[in-house]
Amino acid sequence: MKSSALASGGLMISFSWLSSFKGPGLSGDSDLPDLPEQWHELTGYIKITPDNVVKIYNPNPEFGQNVMTTLPMIIAEELDADWQQVVVEMGPHDSVKLGPQFTGGSNSTRMYWKPLREAGAAARHMLLDAASQTWNVPIEELTTKAGMVMHGKSGKSGKYGDFAAKAATLVIPKGIKQKDPKEFTVVRHSKKNVEAAKIVSGKPLFGLDYKHEGMLIAMIEHPPSFGMKLKNFDATQTLQMPGIKNVFSLKLYEDGFELAGFDTRTFNDLLVVVGNTTWEVMNARKKLKVEWELVVETKETINNFGRKQEVVIPAGLPSSEEQHKQMQAKAKEPAALLRKDGDPETAFSNAAQILERTYNAPFLAHNCMEPMNFFAHVTDEKALLVGPLQAPGWTEPTLAKILHLPPEKIEIQMTRMGGGFGLRAYGHYLCEVALISKKIKAPVKLIYTREDDMTYGIYRPMYTATYRAALDANKNLTAIHVKGGGIPENAVHANRFPAGTVDNYLAEGWQLPSNITIGAFRAPRSNFAAAAEQSFLDELAEQMGKDPIEFRLELLKRGKENPVGKNNEYDADRYAGVLKLVREKSGWGKPENRKYSRGVAAYFCHNSYAAHVVDILMKDGKPYVERVFSAIDCGIVVNPDAAANMVEGAVIDGIGNSFYGKLSHKNGAAEQQNFHNYRMIRHSEAPASIEVHFVQNDIDPTGLGEPPFPPVFGAVANALYRSTGKRHYNQPFMDALLQQNNEPDNSTERAVDKKTDKANKKKAF
Amino acid sequence: MITLNINTKNYEVDVDPNTPLLWVLRDHINLVGTKYGCGVAQCGACVVHLNGDAVRSCVTKVSRAAGQQVVTIEGLSASNDHPLQKAWMELDVPQCGYCQAGQIMSAAVLLRENPNPTDEDIDNAMEGNICRCGTYLRIQKAIHLAAEMQRKGQ
Repeated sequence: MKSSALASGGLMISFSWLSSFKGPGLSGDSDLPDLPEQWHELTGYIKITPDNVVKIYNPNPEFGQNVMTTLPMIIAEELDADWQQVVVEMGPHDSVKLGPQFTGGSNSTRMYWKPLREAGAAARHMLLDAASQTWNVPIEELTTKAGMVMHGKSGKSGKYGDFAAKAATLVIPKGIKQKDPKEFTVVRHSKKNVEAAKIVSGKPLFGLDYKHEGMLIAMIEHPPSFGMKLKNFDATQTLQMPGIKNVFSLKLYEDGFELAGFDTRTFNDLLVVVGNTTWEVMNARKKLKVEWELVVETKETINNFGRKQEVVIPAGLPSSEEQHKQMQAKAKEPAALLRKDGDPETAFSNAAQILERTYNAPFLAHNCMEPMNFFAHVTDEKALLVGPLQAPGWTEPTLAKILHLPPEKIEIQMTRMGGGFGLRAYGHYLCEVALISKKIKAPVKLIYTREDDMTYGIYRPMYTATYRAALDANKNLTAIHVKGGGIPENAVHANRFPAGTVDNYLAEGWQLPSNITIGAFRAPRSNFAAAAEQSFLDELAEQMGKDPIEFRLELLKRGKENPVGKNNEYDADRYAGVLKLVREKSGWGKPENRKYSRGVAAYFCHNSYAAHVVDILMKDGKPYVERVFSAIDCGIVVNPDAAANMVEGAVIDGIGNSFYGKLSHKNGAAEQQNFHNYRMIRHSEAPASIEVHFVQNDIDPTGLGEPPFPPVFGAVANALYRSTGKRHYNQPFMDALLQQNNEPDNSTERAVDKKTDKANKKKAF
Repeated sequence: MITLNINTKNYEVDVDPNTPLLWVLRDHINLVGTKYGCGVAQCGACVVHLNGDAVRSCVTKVSRAAGQQVVTIEGLSASNDHPLQKAWMELDVPQCGYCQAGQIMSAAVLLRENPNPTDEDIDNAMEGNICRCGTYLRIQKAIHLAAEMQRKGQ
């Protein structure tokens, strides 16, 4: 721990201590192991000027979850700073000073909550200590408010800035008492996005906006399909194009390179075009003459945070149709046992009725609005990298290896990200641009076009799951069986609800390898599991003659009072809490809501609880989600309006992806390349209203970016059933309807968006 | 040499006349508020005003803009005080923020031509602008709020 006085007389406090908060991991989702349980160092960064400006460095990458505002609010709260006088800056990549610095797993607020409170409280104490010494009064008699120190007895008061210089000479204290939530004046009080003014005036904030003297532009020509690689190329014509500097091939990882968990990359032999400007490189790429060849089956060693595994990447040019068939066949084979309670086999053989349903979902592309890009300037001595990414600390060790530089010689600067959704946790594009810069010995920015970005892979996996329920003659639920798998991971969270609420329960999982790369996509696996499970529970409740909310609450009551089995991941009370809140707020069962086709779903993931009621009406002959009611329990909500914004976004994201999301392949090639044939939810399709309600409690924040997303799929499916009279088992749900109406789905080219055309026909396009 | 008038300032650029206006703005004139999202007029991140009309600068050749009046997000207002910019900040619209310049530029043409837009008018005018984070609801409210500010002369 250290503090140092700045030459200017300001106070710079740098915190560094053992912090006893749980390591974040990706919340146990997927097969990713937990990250280290203890972060031994966590550092906040506060600077106070004599004129009382408080500068707070946001430690975590910003991708739209609003950490630039929310995390500094936590420091400002305990510091008792005047929010009007707080200036926020993005912190440097320095995990010793600023902690884990990764955006993912809904962890930003959750993992920084305690350390940032400790930092704020310690800094406040130092200022009090300095005031106490200056005024020669006992520290216990001092109070603070909005950046001021007060001594009630003498009536003295002073700005934090008055004491900053002295405070800087003091030892940073540990274990300072923090506020009771009742005393919060910043946290729980909505604060506006500190970067809003820059965003709405077009200031350079994003990676793609970054400029550097002498910077060149690079692009990579990827193989046209998975299962192919570069054989040879002729760049004669490309090199004759204006502005083109260089065309070359480059190997990303050497043979036998041991990949870390987030080193996923789709193609290893890179064909690179470098030029002066973006358009020149885009154009010149088209003149490349390239021969591609088939990849043979390969083996890779992956070291996923200490857990090594050999992975076989099959050869071939996969097609979605064929992969779907492979999955159906694999689903019939014996699978790995994930959990078993009671005697499910007997319960099913004694059942009076069995309900069995199978759910399917395709690959999804993340489609961040800002395509992948990064800047690098690599010399023999050091490397500077600037751009958008979620987890600099996961890619830096890999950069060190491939550049043969010590990590301290690698500086990664984090820009604001134009979306991430999990994709920017995979730093292959940093490694690519770093090697390109090293080779050409120049500063360069690598830019993926939309087509490069969409067809590159690292998709949400393809999934299928079959749910079965056994009912006795009195329609009592006696057993549940779920068996699910996917490409390339299983689809089941075995210890989640309804596990723990049914006497006889069986969960099984399987997986199929593929050369189509996959990665984390907003609430990995949960985003499918919730859709399947919550649709199934809805149908099951209907079969049992029960109200879908009441049915879930009955199960949760059992799970609370007399839980079955061990390792149940969820808290039955908090789960029931969001269902009860959404029931109340949506007017569930009220006659005035009868005109809507209503669907409900709830889910627990990433440590938080979410429930939605979705109301569908028909509009222009198509189902339209007009209203959504959301109830969320994520503990203390630091910045309520921004949190509501994120929930609204998750709801719209869920409607869009459940309706239209699909990335399919034919002979290894992506069938969607850009937004003309990858359908995204658009403005008119967003609900007219989304009401977001948070459960009020004093639980430390448990995360919000992902939890509201998965149950949207289930609620939409259940509302669609009531709207169309048909159950929807296969995502994207609108494919069936579009085909029925003889309209093109995502696998067919759509010339231009009709409404766009109409709306803009007068404009000069 | 092509002469461009952007945000009331004149620029001379030496580029291939087929270069999309987007890349001239971003790479040559260093106005990077106009964003690249798709390159094929599908997402709206690159919307600018050409003689007052909303155009997709990613498919607008720079030669078409020669000698015309171009306005980008940087030139929409003198001090970030266009009613839309104020409404966007008031309602805290952005999440990641990448698409918002394009959204605002599309909305600005709507508000100029239709100072009192209905929900349906907004739906139609904004259908070409994708927001991946899903801020559509707030965009809708912000356009209504900006319309109100505009009517009140704020």
